[in-house]
Amino acid sequence: MSTTPDPVWSNRAIKWFDRRLPLFTMMHKELIVYPTPRNINYWWNFGSLAGVALVIMILTGIFLAMFYTPHEDMAFASIERIMREVNYGWLIRFLHMNGASMFFAVVYIHILRGMYYGSYKAPRELLWIIGVVIYILMMAAAFLGYVLPWGQMSFWAATVITSLVTPLPFGETIAIWLWGGYSVDNDTLKRFFSLHYLVPFLIFAFVFLHLWALHTTKSNNPLGVEIKKPADTLPFHPYFTVKDSVTLGAFLFLLCYFVFFAPNYFNHSINYVMADPLVTPEHIVPEWYFLPFYAILRAIPDKLMGVVLMFAAILVWAALPWLDTSKVRSGRFRPTFRIFFWIFVADAVLLTYLGAMPAEGIYVTLGQFATAWYFIHFLVVLPILGKVEKTEPVPESISAAVSAEHQKEASA
Amino acid sequence: MSETAHSAGTGGDTSRRDMLLYASVALGTVGTALAVWPFLDSMNPAKDVLALASIEVDLSPIQEGQAITAVWRGKPVFIRHRTPADIEQSRAVEVSSLRDPQADEDRVIKDQWLVMIGICTHLGCVPKGQKPGDPKGDYNGWFCVCHGSHYDTAGRIRKGPAPLNLPVPPYDFLDETSIRIG
Amino acid sequence: MSGLKGIIGAAAVAVGLVAGAPAALAAGGGHGPELKHQSWTFDGLFGRYSEKQLRRGWEVYEGICKSCHTLDYMHYRNLEQIGYTEDEVKEIAARFEVQDGPDEWGDMFMRPATPLDGFAEPYENDAIAMLANGGVVPPNLSVITRARDHGADYVYNLLLGYEDEVPEWATEADPTFSLAPGKSFNTFFPGYAISMPQQLFEGILEYSDGTEATPEQMAKDVSAFLQWAAEPELEERKGLGRMVLLFLIVLTGVLFAYKRELWKDAH
Repeated sequence: MSTTPDPVWSNRAIKWFDRRLPLFTMMHKELIVYPTPRNINYWWNFGSLAGVALVIMILTGIFLAMFYTPHEDMAFASIERIMREVNYGWLIRFLHMNGASMFFAVVYIHILRGMYYGSYKAPRELLWIIGVVIYILMMAAAFLGYVLPWGQMSFWAATVITSLVTPLPFGETIAIWLWGGYSVDNDTLKRFFSLHYLVPFLIFAFVFLHLWALHTTKSNNPLGVEIKKPADTLPFHPYFTVKDSVTLGAFLFLLCYFVFFAPNYFNHSINYVMADPLVTPEHIVPEWYFLPFYAILRAIPDKLMGVVLMFAAILVWAALPWLDTSKVRSGRFRPTFRIFFWIFVADAVLLTYLGAMPAEGIYVTLGQFATAWYFIHFLVVLPILGKVEKTEPVPESISAAVSAEHQKEASA
Repeated sequence: MSETAHSAGTGGDTSRRDMLLYASVALGTVGTALAVWPFLDSMNPAKDVLALASIEVDLSPIQEGQAITAVWRGKPVFIRHRTPADIEQSRAVEVSSLRDPQADEDRVIKDQWLVMIGICTHLGCVPKGQKPGDPKGDYNGWFCVCHGSHYDTAGRIRKGPAPLNLPVPPYDFLDETSIRIG
Repeated sequence: MSGLKGIIGAAAVAVGLVAGAPAALAAGGGHGPELKHQSWTFDGLFGRYSEKQLRRGWEVYEGICKSCHTLDYMHYRNLEQIGYTEDEVKEIAARFEVQDGPDEWGDMFMRPATPLDGFAEPYENDAIAMLANGGVVPPNLSVITRARDHGADYVYNLLLGYEDEVPEWATEADPTFSLAPGKSFNTFFPGYAISMPQQLFEGILEYSDGTEATPEQMAKDVSAFLQWAAEPELEERKGLGRMVLLFLIVLTGVLFAYKRELWKDAH
């Protein structure tokens, strides 16, 4: 790999600063010359989109917090005031609401890309595990935030999710501690608000670690071959800053379509009814991005096992670097793995669908099968497949594969 | 695409590339700047706050010689129904001899109604003189007990540390006996 | 480029799934006639409110709904948005009484409302509201189109969905179904038994603009009015949205063109 010499700064002020704290040298190294595999495709753009989504969420959240009132009698009305009286309040709130859905959509694609191309494999295990931590923190932030409008779904989501701890030893005591009362109440709302403001900054810190680990191991690529020589890479700027900007434009278009023309599409109408501790809505359904895990929770008739499996469904990702035994990294050269990968995607989509359906009849059976397959994929298929699968030949280097492709195109 | 790419080579069509670069940077900059506005504007007074930015006050219950205090934009507004003696006393003064020279006529719309913001121009205390038993100072107007500023029957500073007259808020008469402030 | 093609393909599938997701407009229990979708002026990319319709809707609210239903979070001054002048709004507000005080004797008192006041509450508290309405608090209407699936369509169909007698399809679906005393049968209400009796009848109201006040017309106008009450930002939102989307198309297009130019040499 080429070692680019540190830049020499001509501006005296920058020179002075950089001599004492090499911030400019670091940015030059990590954001401008950072050698990026030249063959990464558009699926690699979703990491930067997730970063932008996080910034949008934090920014809009800070402004919403200027007007929101965390109190059981005033929370709902304070949001109506944001929508009606605050200048562009509706815009900031809808950006925050729909931004959450977009954030999860982008992160799910980012995760699936990592699974398909084996981005979790050595030496990127830690990079991957930090990603799993970020995802768990995102779930916490989303859940805490969903409670704040204090609508019917907010209240009952808070009740149901916090009740998940009750099958644990000392569960009742823990639940009362979480609530700060004998049910979800005013103090629960206030602590959720406080934590909802905190968690995004934890996410931010872990994103920093995620990037640090990424820039240490360098990006994976569709071939799954490590960078071997300078010809394998392109500098991050301008090639990938510009490429990322293209998808950023498309991402903002999609986000803005929902914000301006279907702002409540992902929302449940019942959440515009103020929380009522005495009346549970007929169908309690989490936001779409939690549906697969909700389906797993409900698939198990045992209360404790349901909770355990639901959390295991996420934690199993962290073990992926060791569960997948294949020597070949990228799914591009693993024909059988590819089939199982798409079956897994279909299984996840099915679980999402089942999570939204009432827990009765055929849906329960289907949910159990889908849950079983989810775990079989990770715990049985991947370990065995790595040993028995017949893989295709892997090219010797990125640049060799790229020029071979060009020759093929030229002759075609 | 790839065919043109190979034939073009380095520096093939730099003017088109530069133009697209400038267009991207320009559009991106403009877009970001415009996107900042809703966030800044959200911190301006909200519509319900603005709706209270002007208030209507019914003057009919205020007897001659009496005063009321209205609240406008979080500040006390003194409204005094002046007696002919008050008006005469105020107009007898030589304007140029005042610290903050202003004629009585310039401080009122209707002679008998004096409307002004009741915050001492010295350090922001609320002067006394609204209630019947209050000290009214040496000029039969208002007296600020904090540092001893005396205001006359037109609310002008006459004695003490305050530099300026009590300010008159923007207001107009909706009819004979009601005003809108702000 | 395979990545980009793949993404576009996946996006197409996702859009298909999302677009197909909302199930057919189901009725109260899924057995009766289907909810009829109305064409609303505020639908679509270029949707706007019709001020005339909203003012007729206000007349229906004032004439009928307001005796039981609140419009929380709204103020009389908001009516200026639907084309009433400042003086007209003052006049409208003065028809309502709101509580103020305490006065110098320490007593609360009633006074005519001003444009700055919130809409007057029909009942002093929920307990009185329940007492007067068979044990149910009539819901606040200012967010009702956001708080019910199918929004204005639901309100419209509900207002016209009354049956004098329990229809055959309902007893066929559930032979044990019977209407509790004090309840009315409504095709579009979840569970069919609604506490609010039918409100819209021929001749109950005369519009000031001379439009004939048929039940259908009143239902349509008041549904539009409630849509406005729930989403007063709609016109501003869609207007700004059109410009933002147009801008983003141009920006993304230019960025994509620049990316292609830039990457020519890199391949």
